[in-house]
Amino acid sequence: MAQEATVNTHRTKWWSGGKSPFNLEYGKVMMWYFLMSDAFTFGAFLIAYGTARFSSNSWPDPNDVFNAVPFMGHANLPLVFVSIMTFILIISSVTMVLAVHAGHNRDKAGVQKWLIWTIIGGLAFLGCQAWEWTHLYHAGAWWGLNPFANANGTAANTAFTNFFFTITGFHGFHVFSGLIINVVMLLMTRANVFERKGHYLMIEKAGLYWHFVDLVWVFVFMAFYLI
Amino acid sequence: MSNHYDPTKDISPSAAYPEVSFQHPHSDDKAFKKKVAKTTWLLSLITVVELGIGFFIYYLHKGEPPYFFILLLKGIVCILTLAKAYYIVAVFMHLGDEIKNFVMTIVVPLLLFIWFIIAFLHDGNAFKNARNEFDKHHEEMTTNPQKNPAPVIKHEEVKGEGAGHH
Repeated sequence: MAQEATVNTHRTKWWSGGKSPFNLEYGKVMMWYFLMSDAFTFGAFLIAYGTARFSSNSWPDPNDVFNAVPFMGHANLPLVFVSIMTFILIISSVTMVLAVHAGHNRDKAGVQKWLIWTIIGGLAFLGCQAWEWTHLYHAGAWWGLNPFANANGTAANTAFTNFFFTITGFHGFHVFSGLIINVVMLLMTRANVFERKGHYLMIEKAGLYWHFVDLVWVFVFMAFYLI
Repeated sequence: MSNHYDPTKDISPSAAYPEVSFQHPHSDDKAFKKKVAKTTWLLSLITVVELGIGFFIYYLHKGEPPYFFILLLKGIVCILTLAKAYYIVAVFMHLGDEIKNFVMTIVVPLLLFIWFIIAFLHDGNAFKNARNEFDKHHEEMTTNPQKNPAPVIKHEEVKGEGAGHH
């Protein structure tokens, strides 16, 4: 008991117990740390890609590889399709923000509406990615197969396609798992789980994950398509 | 602890986590929606500028090793990407609204990336230079399209694949 009294006299603002040191609930703190570790995984992938590129005398020009758009036949349209994919993901991130916000207001209908839009955005993005992968596969590209010439006209090795399919595949897997999480959130909202709990803080954690998926795409977009 | 969080209890938001007193400052609905709309436009605008630079690079740069102006444009794209990342993390993920202690536990470890990027890209470049110096066959095969021409692709859907051939 004497010990307890000593502790109380040294009470500081955040670290003396009774308060979260970061003024956040446990799940949210842990989601942030998971996302930070995931950022290192993606960062390692992208830096490995950059290292391979810096160690090569020539590299395929992304504008010549990623120049197809659905229903546009053989038109040479670099950057167009990937811009559409990028905007889809940005917009689905915005609808997720609105879902989280509706959750703060305990607006069940709003949460459901914006989650459904977010899920549609995620499905649209995955559909685009499936189309792009299929197109590249039919062009002869896959892990271990690279039909694209280096920009200087020499034959390329397979590093380019290996990195492309590995990194966009790993990102696509994150989009897919984010989609599953959002569907689960939607079902839980419909089943009044959060109404019974009295708060929608779970939506916030799902939102963090979904924004992270968008965040990673910003860097994948830059590394593979823009530079 | 008497105020230990019991998830089985039927609870209100503030009672859910008694140790958390922090409220996100966007209880004002209108101001929040305005901030989200502004950020959305900003992200779209930056993306459009990036695409513009991307197209500019495409029309300027055809196969030869990148020269200074191209590298400058690519550097600008990287900085714009970091700006987009900042807005996603600070506004959409609300990291900007958290207390500084917490923000630092996320941001400080990520500073390792500065070393990580410089070290690895420098290493890749040094490897390339050393290999070109000591392996002349490799240098010739990766820089002279007459010695090592890219295979002709039969799939006709691969348009622009031969753009590097001059």
